Amino acid sequence: MAEIEFSNITKSFGTTQVLHSLNLSIERGAFAVILGPSGCGKSTLLRLLAGLEKVSSGEISIAGRRVEELQPRERDVAMVFQNYALYPHMTVAQNLGYSLRVAGVKRPEIEKRVAEVARTLQLDEYLKRKPGQLSGGQRQRVAMGRAIIREPKVFLFDEPLSNLDAKLRTQMRLEIKRLHRKQGVTSLFVTHDQIEAMTLADILIVMNKGRIEQVGRPADIYEKPASAFVASFLGSPPMNLIPATVDTDNRGIVFGDGMKISLGYALPVAPGTEIVAGIRPEHVEIGNGHIVPVEFAEELGNGRQVHLRIGDMAVSALLSANDKQVIGDALAIKLPSEHLHFFAKDGRVIDVQPTAHTVSKPETAERTVSVPALV
Amino acid sequence: MIEKSPILNFVTHAILLAAAFAMCFPIYVSLITATMPFERVAEVPKPLWPSDQLLVNMAAAWKKGAFSTLFMNSIISTLIITVGKIVIAMITAFALVYFRFRFRALAFWMIFITLMLPLEVRIVPTYEIVSNVLLPIQRILEWTGLAWLIQTLSGVRVVLKLSLINTYLGLTLPLIATATGTFLFRQFFLTIPDELAEASKMDGSGALRFFWDILLPLSRTNIAALAVIMFVFGWNQYLWPLLVTTGPEYRTLTIGLTAMQPGSDATADWNVILAGALLVMMPPVLVVVLAQRWFVKGLVNTDK
Amino acid sequence: MIKRVVFEDRWLPYLLIGPQLLIIFLFFYWPTGQALFWSFTLEPPFGGDAVWVGLRNLTEIVTSPVYHIAIRNTLIMSVATTVISLGLGLIFAVFADRGLRGMIFYKTAIMWPYAVAAPVAAIAWQFIFQPQIGIFGIVNQWYPGLWNPALNGAHALTMVIIASSWTSITFNFVFFLAGLQAIPNNLVEAAAMDGAGPMRRFFDLVFPLISPTFFLLLVLNVTTSFTEGFGIINVMTQGGPGNATQTMVYKIYQDGFIGLDLSSSSAQSLLLMILIIAVTLLQFRFVERKVHYAGSDKGEASE
Repeated sequence: MAEIEFSNITKSFGTTQVLHSLNLSIERGAFAVILGPSGCGKSTLLRLLAGLEKVSSGEISIAGRRVEELQPRERDVAMVFQNYALYPHMTVAQNLGYSLRVAGVKRPEIEKRVAEVARTLQLDEYLKRKPGQLSGGQRQRVAMGRAIIREPKVFLFDEPLSNLDAKLRTQMRLEIKRLHRKQGVTSLFVTHDQIEAMTLADILIVMNKGRIEQVGRPADIYEKPASAFVASFLGSPPMNLIPATVDTDNRGIVFGDGMKISLGYALPVAPGTEIVAGIRPEHVEIGNGHIVPVEFAEELGNGRQVHLRIGDMAVSALLSANDKQVIGDALAIKLPSEHLHFFAKDGRVIDVQPTAHTVSKPETAERTVSVPALV
Repeated sequence: MIEKSPILNFVTHAILLAAAFAMCFPIYVSLITATMPFERVAEVPKPLWPSDQLLVNMAAAWKKGAFSTLFMNSIISTLIITVGKIVIAMITAFALVYFRFRFRALAFWMIFITLMLPLEVRIVPTYEIVSNVLLPIQRILEWTGLAWLIQTLSGVRVVLKLSLINTYLGLTLPLIATATGTFLFRQFFLTIPDELAEASKMDGSGALRFFWDILLPLSRTNIAALAVIMFVFGWNQYLWPLLVTTGPEYRTLTIGLTAMQPGSDATADWNVILAGALLVMMPPVLVVVLAQRWFVKGLVNTDK
Repeated sequence: MIKRVVFEDRWLPYLLIGPQLLIIFLFFYWPTGQALFWSFTLEPPFGGDAVWVGLRNLTEIVTSPVYHIAIRNTLIMSVATTVISLGLGLIFAVFADRGLRGMIFYKTAIMWPYAVAAPVAAIAWQFIFQPQIGIFGIVNQWYPGLWNPALNGAHALTMVIIASSWTSITFNFVFFLAGLQAIPNNLVEAAAMDGAGPMRRFFDLVFPLISPTFFLLLVLNVTTSFTEGFGIINVMTQGGPGNATQTMVYKIYQDGFIGLDLSSSSAQSLLLMILIIAVTLLQFRFVERKVHYAGSDKGEASE
């Protein structure tokens, strides 16, 4: 059953439209992550759900109840803010208990619940301190505690880890995941960090320019991006996107430098069409095939990243650590056709013959357009 | 400070000492004179060291000027002005910053323009309205013909009159509006992160609750700074209390003191008058010296 | 700069803003309107409705010789007080900024006179300048009749200028000191590394950096000097001797409350108001510039 439902949501600030008739539903208990570059409307979507912004049109429901006219406090959602937004003049205990105090909960009850939450988040020792006396990670935990204590139907996270250093970020990521496992509360998490998104999400929503580009399990989206944008946004280093022309027989493509690849199946477009071919760096095979110039190679520790050129396009390839090959000025490379993705000039994916793909990658055939239930 | 030059340090001390001397000079002269018995006031050259009559002279000034009443009046009116200004400034700034409403820009400009209308230039008509605060209503009734209508229908002539002359309200109300204070708090509220208001919204508090629980405690230093400045401002009012008080019941200390002032008379009891002056300046001087940090902050933040 | 977060309430904002608007309507805008009305009308001496006289009140006051004296005195006092209090305030602040030992003492000594009401200070100064028994009166022992502000207009004006400069030094001092302390230390250190001595640093680096403060203070001092000084003049000279310390503001008070000539007093109010508005608009430009200087504008809400 859908816990959160957005239907035909649009949102404009003045004359700028930031969300374009958007539909999305998230199952109860799911950990959904919205991923997108800054300005794509992801935070706006979250704030609409929280009640901090009003929709321009469309409907939002939480657990079957229409909420777009309700005040934030009436929506039964809690939010963790990017900069924590702790009340600087209150102690940790007062910060945690504030929402209960506003709700008129009796003092002993507040104290009991604050103590419980503090124990869960290992904040017991800091209850008497002010936020200014805490480290970044501790503040982050207080911010989460403040959300947890209300026992809401939905947790909202607005890029909550972006102010932490790399090490703490990984640690807090695990903690959030653990907490979700334990409590099972539907969560919506907004980020521009694809690693955060991939690791946390049950359901990943990729947004761009006020529209949803793709919804699905992280691995599925990685395997089969629905657009050139999604392809380039997920993965590090990102997928190589190289302009190419469809060959005269429809069953091959030609790159700018004359490199040809025959596919073994026909592309559903006219011969001579200009398209974009995509391949992930880890799928570029080296050692034989077409010779291309090498710019330089970077040592990554667990392997190497080689920067190549095909025509005037920069292309990168990942070499595993046990590949000891010496990299010179030129390299023979091969782009295996089963790992190629094709996008039209406007960025949309060109679906190749399903048979061809089913043969090479049977597991992706299970992908469905609707969001699978995850209860 | 970079140079450790002893000459430069010496010059610095010399100049600052001269500055301190110049700034304290009139008060030092007052203090010395206030300790003198009457016979020694006219002594020339002036004595440099104090005598022992300070308390006697202060007591004499207290009695002569009926300071008991005046002190109370000064304290009451200063407190009304200080608290009133802070409250008015805060709630106005809160409305301007945290709400979108019709005429918001208009209200902002109306308050801004008052900066260009100091009391001194509108003194006579302001006095007129304080002597009858219902005057605008009376005028409106007359212009709209309602007064005439009421008179013809009921035979009662409508005369609305409510004078604030010789009242604490009259003494304080016209001084309570504050553009600078409003802008101080507006500026401060604008620096408070949006997320704090959002968090409190998510936590379920409404506008007033947010104001009381979050904004007010966060404004403590600004309130303190403004309070120091406004206390000095209120205590040192002169022109306005001079006009709206006609007798000793509502007079303030500054008025009482200057009323004792003998002009340029050589034979006056300057020792008593200057002892009185010391008494009058003591409360604000104490506030400024003891709360120097707030004073500096308040001065710099309100007047720009 | 506006808030992204707003509270929604139909009546609350009006309730919050109401008290201040009511007060400024009653005590600022209504009186200003009344002053405008009076400046273009005459009240007949034996009662009856006010008579519209157009610009007559204004032309009368503008051509009156006493008013010319008042304008001249206002300008002299304004320029002299501004130069003295701004100059001394700056000098005191520059040395106080050196942060030597004992600074708390000096700072306190320079600051606390701000708390002394102008009329109270005026009494002290009047005693100092008293020709027979005041400290300054000592010059009359050397040469009788050398100093007498009660009779000599120039003496009276000097006395008033000294007293009012004294009351406004602190204000400038505090602002300059704040401005100086806001200059990053490493800038001054960099200049010292470049070989600039203290004087050089002041003129090449420090002064340009506090020039926004300087301009702001200049305008503030000029504006306030037009309207303030009532307390000092009323206590020390009442505009005398023979109009020698008559100023535009003091004349508004005298004509309005002592002469009970509402029309003339209001016409003068109108003129002074125009002057103040002109200077305040100038000030507003400087304030705007100052805000830019600080560069603290926060961008609008964005993701």
